[in-house]
Amino acid sequence: MDPRRKRKLRLFVALTAAILLSGALIYTSFSASTQAKEPSDLIAGAEPGRSYELTGKVVQDSVDKSGDRLTFRIRDRDGRESLPVTYSGVVPDPFREGREVIVSGELKRGTFVAEHDSLITKCPSKFTKDEQST
Amino acid sequence: MEYIVAVIILLALVAVVVLRPLVLGVGEDDRESVSREELEAAKEAKYREIRDAQLDFEMGKLSREDHRAVDRELRAEAIEILKQLDAADGQASGA
Amino acid sequence: MAGLGSACLLVGLLTALYAAGASLYGARSGSRAAVVSGRRAIYSMAGLMVTATIVLQSAFLRSDFSFKLVAEGSSTDTPTFYKFTAMWATQDGSLLLWALLMSLFSSAVLFATRRSLRDIAPYATAVLAGIAAFFLLLMVAWENPFTTLAVAPVEGAGLNPLLRHPAMMIHPPMLYTGYVGFAIPFAFAIGALIVRQTGADWIRATRRFALIAWTFLGAGIMLGALWSYAELGWGGYWAWDPVENASLMPWLIGTAFIHSIMVQEKRGMLKIWNVSLIVTTFVLALLGTFLVRSGILDSIHAFGASTIGAQFLTFIAIVILGSTALIVSRLDDLRSEAKLDSLMSREAFFLVNNLVLVGLCVVIFWGTFFPLISEAFTGDEASVGPPWFNRVTTPLALVLVALAAIGPMVPWRRASRSGLVRSFRLPLAVMAVTLVALLAFTNSANSPLALIMFCFVSLVLTVVSQELWRGTRARRTITGDPWPRALGQLVARNRRRYGGYLVHAGIAILFLGVAASSAFQDQQDKRLSPGESFSAGGYDITYVRPTAEVGRDTAGTGAPITFGAVLRARRGDEVTMLHPSRNFYPSQNLEAGPIGRFFEGEATSEVDVRWGLRRDLWTAVRPDIAELEPAIREANAKFSSSGNDVQAIVIAAIVEKYRNDAPPANFRAIDSPLVSWIWIGGAIMILGAMIAIWPSPEARMRRVTSIYAARLGKELSQA
Repeated sequence: MDPRRKRKLRLFVALTAAILLSGALIYTSFSASTQAKEPSDLIAGAEPGRSYELTGKVVQDSVDKSGDRLTFRIRDRDGRESLPVTYSGVVPDPFREGREVIVSGELKRGTFVAEHDSLITKCPSKFTKDEQST
Repeated sequence: MEYIVAVIILLALVAVVVLRPLVLGVGEDDRESVSREELEAAKEAKYREIRDAQLDFEMGKLSREDHRAVDRELRAEAIEILKQLDAADGQASGA
Repeated sequence: MAGLGSACLLVGLLTALYAAGASLYGARSGSRAAVVSGRRAIYSMAGLMVTATIVLQSAFLRSDFSFKLVAEGSSTDTPTFYKFTAMWATQDGSLLLWALLMSLFSSAVLFATRRSLRDIAPYATAVLAGIAAFFLLLMVAWENPFTTLAVAPVEGAGLNPLLRHPAMMIHPPMLYTGYVGFAIPFAFAIGALIVRQTGADWIRATRRFALIAWTFLGAGIMLGALWSYAELGWGGYWAWDPVENASLMPWLIGTAFIHSIMVQEKRGMLKIWNVSLIVTTFVLALLGTFLVRSGILDSIHAFGASTIGAQFLTFIAIVILGSTALIVSRLDDLRSEAKLDSLMSREAFFLVNNLVLVGLCVVIFWGTFFPLISEAFTGDEASVGPPWFNRVTTPLALVLVALAAIGPMVPWRRASRSGLVRSFRLPLAVMAVTLVALLAFTNSANSPLALIMFCFVSLVLTVVSQELWRGTRARRTITGDPWPRALGQLVARNRRRYGGYLVHAGIAILFLGVAASSAFQDQQDKRLSPGESFSAGGYDITYVRPTAEVGRDTAGTGAPITFGAVLRARRGDEVTMLHPSRNFYPSQNLEAGPIGRFFEGEATSEVDVRWGLRRDLWTAVRPDIAELEPAIREANAKFSSSGNDVQAIVIAAIVEKYRNDAPPANFRAIDSPLVSWIWIGGAIMILGAMIAIWPSPEARMRRVTSIYAARLGKELSQA
């Protein structure tokens, strides 16, 4: 095979491999992803049995810790609607009422049942213009 | 107020440092050693390649014929660089 | 003093703009004086940045709360060590750190190249000045670290307790040194493209900077992982968090770059690839800096909606568009000088290595930005988590480790069959023996992927050892030196090669730790009362008794209250005592009451780890202080107007209550095999990199003599 054809063949093989791998990447990421929703989204319509990532602010005075289990309410970042959440697992150090959290799980009969250890809390904002009192 | 005074003083300091070459001119030493530095660097790199190939051969990664071919090529390239270095030196001393 | 700091910034910005202008004018008109003036402007800018940094740091050390930054990030009871690092915990302060490092590195490279690269250096100066100007503009116009408060508060807010860890002192400066370091080869690449001098000169001049940047960035990433493991309460070292990924991506492309520049130096190939790689590395470095400062991706590091996000994106867009246009317009000058002779050559393997590294970066980029991608295409913001990342990166990591073994064995241009057989015989044999031994004596078969990784690691280590041995033997046949001296001389005279091999060994060991600790760890979460036990891995762990201290923070972070536990862990004959605890920091929020605010503030987990070469036992505790609340409320009511010392006694009494009658606490224990080897591997990588960076004595001597020869030539010509 002359060099030019050899190089064209290599290029073809490489491109095909790249396309196949990209396809695999796209497919696995969309099928393995969880959607981030706010409480109002889930209240409006959540598919039963489907895992979601619920994000929002912890409602003041809603946190209750009894033994292993943590319950609290999450509300929309800029809204009124809220959902109760039950969670067990590691509670991150910055977790606090009024802070933004992300938790994965399913909506079961009006309560968001969270996956073990899936609670993430955002660090208190240091880089915004509005000040926070801790 | 402190701010404005500081700005003025700092600007003046920077201006002194920065305008010196424009006012006093630049030394001529650079002209020759200029391309010389780059050639020196290229020479070093070529020497390293020759030594690397030698080491590869001693360690058995390159066969004798392969090493001979590569060594010949590299030494020819090194001689080219040395010739250019001589030319640069010649310009310096001959001028 | 704040006025001086702000003045430094404004004058610095003007100086940077002048530097760019003077350098460009000097380049176009041929005026040497203008070029030298531009270079001196960069030196001046460095001086200004140093001054500004000193002003800010002294404000922190003096606890001068008229500085807004000091009031927000420090306090009189913050330990001095952490007062010093608070500067880069804030957005404004870290911009100043970037500008400082940028100006220092630029000065260093321009000083080193002041006599060479005459055509390229002015344009490189202009690029470096432009980048510095951007960061200075951000500070002058939007985020000034020297902003003052009209009324200085009496006490500052204090440094976020999570950041009070020694690794936090050096993690950001290391990362920034990495990011800034990569700007140097980038600037010289742009300069080389502009003047169409696309040979290896710009690479040779900036290679050390690229290596230094790579080392610091890698060290910074490792420190972040170590901090996560030793300080946070979850027990892991890598979460595929967007900010973690943001620092890893430029490092991966940087790794590809330092390999492929060798191909350009040796064979004049891959020129387009190299300039594209360094542009990508720099863009990713900017992106990494930007990601930490915008709330654009949900992450535990997210610092909320940023005020400078748009500016960053604009700058990044300019860099990408400008560089691409420049590369495309110079395609003719970037043609390869040679062709790929054979697929069994080091050039080919470096290309494969590059593809794998770029592939890893693409995958990580995809996953990190997936929320934005999915929102663009489906309207729903979705995200992928660690399981997906692990699944797609593991095969690529396996290939990478295998390449690290094969690459050193393959010579340049073409490998001969007999040479390959001689090189691979022993490593493959050792790998086969390792495989059999692992299957026979361990339970590695439970995780096929880990098993494959172990085999490849053994391949790398054998290859590196073989290289050292064969090289030393070859030296001995020539010089007759004894073994130790021959080995030392071998490494000293071929620092780049053997430093690089040591880095390969380091990364293999690192992956050994990663594979073993991910595949074979045992994590247990349990709720225990004092006296109860549980088991994790091979350990039997007993909750001996609770602990409660006031003012005795063993971690040195200045926490007034610490609740914890004493654990006894037994494994066979070995008994270890562990003391995990939780530090409670007072809150500024007075609503909680004068006593209550000490229990309502931030709390951090102080983990206790039994470090070991074969395994780590990691423990953390989450004490339950809910039962203390009645006592706290009572104290709030009774002692709200008492003096500080009375309140202190009351707090001590409440704390004592926990010690005497503690409710059950939540424990997490993790038995991780071989996890310490991750840190050891990282340290080996850094050592190898330092060996590769260190200039060899011969070259130094030759350089000195050539300078003398030049002087002699000049003086002779003047006579």
